Amino acid sequence: MPLLRLDGVTVRFGGRAAVDAVDLEVARHEVVCLLGPSGSGKSTLLRAVAGLQPADAGRVLLGDADQAGVPVHRRGVGLMFQDHQLFPQRDVAGNVAFGLRMHKVARRERDRRVAELLDLVGLPGAQRRAVASLSGGEQQRVALARALAPEPRLLMLDEPLGQLDRGLRERLVVELRDLFGRLGTTVLAVTHDQGEAFALADRVVVMRDGRIAQTGTPLEVWQRPASAFVARFLGFDNIVDATVSGAAADTPWGKIPVPDGSPQGARKLLVRPAGVRLVPPAEGLRCTVEARTFRGTHVAVLLRPRMPAADGPPLEAECPLRDAPATGAETGVVFSAEEAVVLEGE
Amino acid sequence: MAGPVAFFAVFFAYPVAAIVARGLKTGGNWQFGRFGEVLARSDIQHVLWFTTWQALASTALTLLLALPGAYVFARLDFPGKQLLRAAVTVPFVLPTVVVGSAFLALLGRGGLLDEALGLRLDTTVWAILLAHVFFNYAVVVRTVGGLWAQLDPRQEEAARVLGAGRFDAWRRVTLPALTPAVAAAALMVFLFTFTSFGVVQILGGPAFATLEVEIYRQTAQLLDLPTAAVLTMLQFLAVGAVLAVHARTVRRRESALRLTDPARTARRPRGAGQWALLGGVLASVAALLLTPLAVLVERSLDGPGGYGLHYYRALTTLDARGGAFLVPPIEAVWNSLEYALAATAIAVAVGGLAAAALTRRAGRLVRGLDALLMLPLGVSAVTVGFGFLIALDEPPLDLRASWILVPLAQALVGVPFVVRIMLPVLRAVDERLREAAAVLGASPLRAWREVDFPLVRRALLIAAGFAFAVSLGEFGATVFIARPDRPTLPVAVARLLGRPGELNYGQAMALSTILMAVCAAALLLLERVRGSSKTSGEF
Repeated sequence: MPLLRLDGVTVRFGGRAAVDAVDLEVARHEVVCLLGPSGSGKSTLLRAVAGLQPADAGRVLLGDADQAGVPVHRRGVGLMFQDHQLFPQRDVAGNVAFGLRMHKVARRERDRRVAELLDLVGLPGAQRRAVASLSGGEQQRVALARALAPEPRLLMLDEPLGQLDRGLRERLVVELRDLFGRLGTTVLAVTHDQGEAFALADRVVVMRDGRIAQTGTPLEVWQRPASAFVARFLGFDNIVDATVSGAAADTPWGKIPVPDGSPQGARKLLVRPAGVRLVPPAEGLRCTVEARTFRGTHVAVLLRPRMPAADGPPLEAECPLRDAPATGAETGVVFSAEEAVVLEGE
Repeated sequence: MAGPVAFFAVFFAYPVAAIVARGLKTGGNWQFGRFGEVLARSDIQHVLWFTTWQALASTALTLLLALPGAYVFARLDFPGKQLLRAAVTVPFVLPTVVVGSAFLALLGRGGLLDEALGLRLDTTVWAILLAHVFFNYAVVVRTVGGLWAQLDPRQEEAARVLGAGRFDAWRRVTLPALTPAVAAAALMVFLFTFTSFGVVQILGGPAFATLEVEIYRQTAQLLDLPTAAVLTMLQFLAVGAVLAVHARTVRRRESALRLTDPARTARRPRGAGQWALLGGVLASVAALLLTPLAVLVERSLDGPGGYGLHYYRALTTLDARGGAFLVPPIEAVWNSLEYALAATAIAVAVGGLAAAALTRRAGRLVRGLDALLMLPLGVSAVTVGFGFLIALDEPPLDLRASWILVPLAQALVGVPFVVRIMLPVLRAVDERLREAAAVLGASPLRAWREVDFPLVRRALLIAAGFAFAVSLGEFGATVFIARPDRPTLPVAVARLLGRPGELNYGQAMALSTILMAVCAAALLLLERVRGSSKTSGEF
C-alpha cells in the first residue's frame, strides 16, 4: 500500500491547469523528487498534498484515507518551505518546538526532542539563538529540524536547497540523503536542479506543464530520457531528427550507430557529449570549432558541422583539457553507439 | 467582516439615517425641497463659505509650517529628537476643547499676548487657523516625514551622478515620490479642519461658525431639525468626496517605492542652510506647539492669591451657588477614564476585526469598505450624538439610560485610527508563515495567535493608545449623550468655559491641564513602545 496516492489531481488557476490530472504514488520510506522547470506545477502539487491549495479535481490519499475536507493542520504532513519561513519572533528552539507544542507534547519531552533534532541537523546547543542571526545554511537546518519534529508521516521539501551556495548545497544534499535513510522518512521533494534530484532521490518524477513527463530511478532517467523535453531539461543539447532503421540512425550529421533494440522509424536522437569523439579532420564528420568552455574536468567544445552536413544543428563534444582543439580549428567527429539514445517522445 | 459591518450599521448608519429622516420627512414624505430652501439662506451660505475657506487656509498654513518640520524630523539628526517628536504628536491627540482653551489662554482676553502686547486674536479668524495648525502639525510630520525618512537617499545620489543639480535632483526624484504622501496628509488636514467643532466653538465666537458648529446650533439651540438634517447631508457629501480622493491617493502611494531603514537616512545637519532650517523649525514648534501648552498650565496655576493649586482644589468641591455641575468636576476625570477604557476595548475589537478582514481579502468591495471605515472621522459627531438619542431609545435597542452609549459613540471615532494603524502591519505578515504554522499542526485560530498576534502586538498597543486618546477627547457626540451627573472631561471643560467668572475659567484650565497630562502620558508610553518598532501606521 503506498503512503501517498494521487488520483488525477488537477489544480487550475483561472483557465490554466497548473497541475493537470496527475497520478502519482509514493511508497513508505521512499524518497521521491519532483523535477521540472519553474512553472511546471511542482510546488502547486506539494501545496495540494498539504491542503494549502484545494484540488479542483482528483483525490489525494494519505495511507488510503481520502484527504478531501481534511484541513491542513490535521493531515500530519510536514512541509519545508522554499525560503524556510522561520518564525522571526521565536528563537531556534521556539521554531523547532512549534509543531510539538501544537501536538501537545509535554515540555520536558519537547526540550529533549529539540536537543536531539538540533544534534541531528548539526546545530547542537543552538536553542537560544535568534533566527535572524543564522546563516542561510543554518536556517535551512533549523527549518528541517522544525519540519521533522512532529514526525510527519510524509515530509515534503520545496526547493530545500534553493538559495544556498553551491558548495554548501552539495554537502547538504549528501547529509539529507544520509539522514532520510537513517530515519526511514518518506520524502516528496521539489527541485529544479537535476543534480540535487539525482543525488537525493530513490525515484525522480520529471514534470512539464502540470503533467508528468517521466518517472524512474535517477539512473533510468539519466540514461534513457523519455523525450526531447526531458533530455533538454537534463542539459543535453545534441538532439536531432533521425530515421532509425536497425542499429543505425540517419541524421543531418550523417549515419550514427544506435544501441541494439532501439525504437525504429522517425524519432528524435540524443547523442551525449561524451559520445562525440574528436578525430583528425579527414576521418568522420568535418566540423569547425566555434567555441570552447572550460568545465573543470573537461572542455566542452561547440562544433559547427561543415559540408555536406552544413545545415545540421551545432554539436557539443566533451574532451580532455590537453586534447581540446583551438577555436577556429578544423576537426573530424565520430559517434559512439553507447552514448546515443533514441527518444520516444517530443 | 460581519461584526464590524453590523457595528457600523447599528451604531453609525442607523442613528445618522434616523436623524436625517426626522429632519427631512413629514407625514411619510421626503421633503427634498428643503435643500433648496436651506441653501438659499444667506446665513447658511455664509457658513458654507467660511467652512470651506478656513479649511483650505488651515491646510495651506499647516503644510507651509509642517513640511520643513517633516524634512527636519526625517533627514536631520539632533539631540532630543525622539522627545520632540513625541511632543509634536501630543497636540494631535489632545481634545479639541483643550486646544481651544489653550489658545484662549494664549490669545484671548487676559491672555498672554493681551497682557504682554495688548494683542487679542480670539475674535479673529487667526486664532482658529493657528489652533488648526497646532492640532494638525503632527499629521503632516508623521505622514510625510515617515515616508521621507524611508526614501533611499541613493536615488537622489544617482540623479546627482547623472548630472542633476541639488535642487533638480530633489524636484525630479524626491518630490514625485513624496507627492502622494503630501496629498494624503493635506486631505486628512482638510477633513479634520472642515469638520472642526470644539476649536471653532470655543474660539470662533458668534462671528465664525463651521458647518459642524452650525449643525450643533440648529440642533441643540434652535431645535431646527430640518435645517440640521440638510446641513448634515451636505457635510456628508463633502466628506465622502474628500475620502474618495483620499482613497485614490493612498492607492497611488502603495506603488512601489524603494524604501529603506529610516535610521540610516538621517544625518547631523551640515552647512548654514540646514542649521538655519533646523533652527527655524525648532523655533516654530516652540512658538506654535509648546507655548500654548505651557500657557495652559501656567493659567491653571495662576490663582487669585498668586500661583498655587487653588483651581485644582476647587475642582474637588461642588459649587454651592447653582454651579454648572451636579457633581464635583473632578469626578469627570474618573468618568472619562472609565468611558475611554470601554471605548478603547470596543474600538480595538471592531477595528482589529475590520483590519483583519481587510487583509485577507482584496478587490473593489474591500477598498470601498476601507474608505467607509474612515467616514466617522468626517461625519458630524453632533449628528451621531443626537442620532443616538433619537434612534437608540426604543426596544429592542433602548440604550438611552445605559452608560454604554457614551463609549459606543467614542469608539466610532477610535475605529478609523485602529484600522489605519493595524492595516499596514497586518498586511506585512507573510501568508506563508501562517501556512508554515498550519502544516505544523496549528488550527487557523491557533495560527493567528501564534504567528500574527506576536507580530502585531506592538501595533495593537499603539492602536489602543490612539483609540484611548481620541475617545478621551471626543466632544461633539459626547456632549449630547453624557448624562448631566456623569460629565466627561471635555464636556466639563466646555461647561466651565461657557460660564462667566475667574473661578470657572481657572477650573477649566486646571481640568484641561489634567486632560492634557493624561493624553500626553498615554502618548509618551506609546512612543516608548513604538521606539523599537519599524512598522507604524500613518498617524
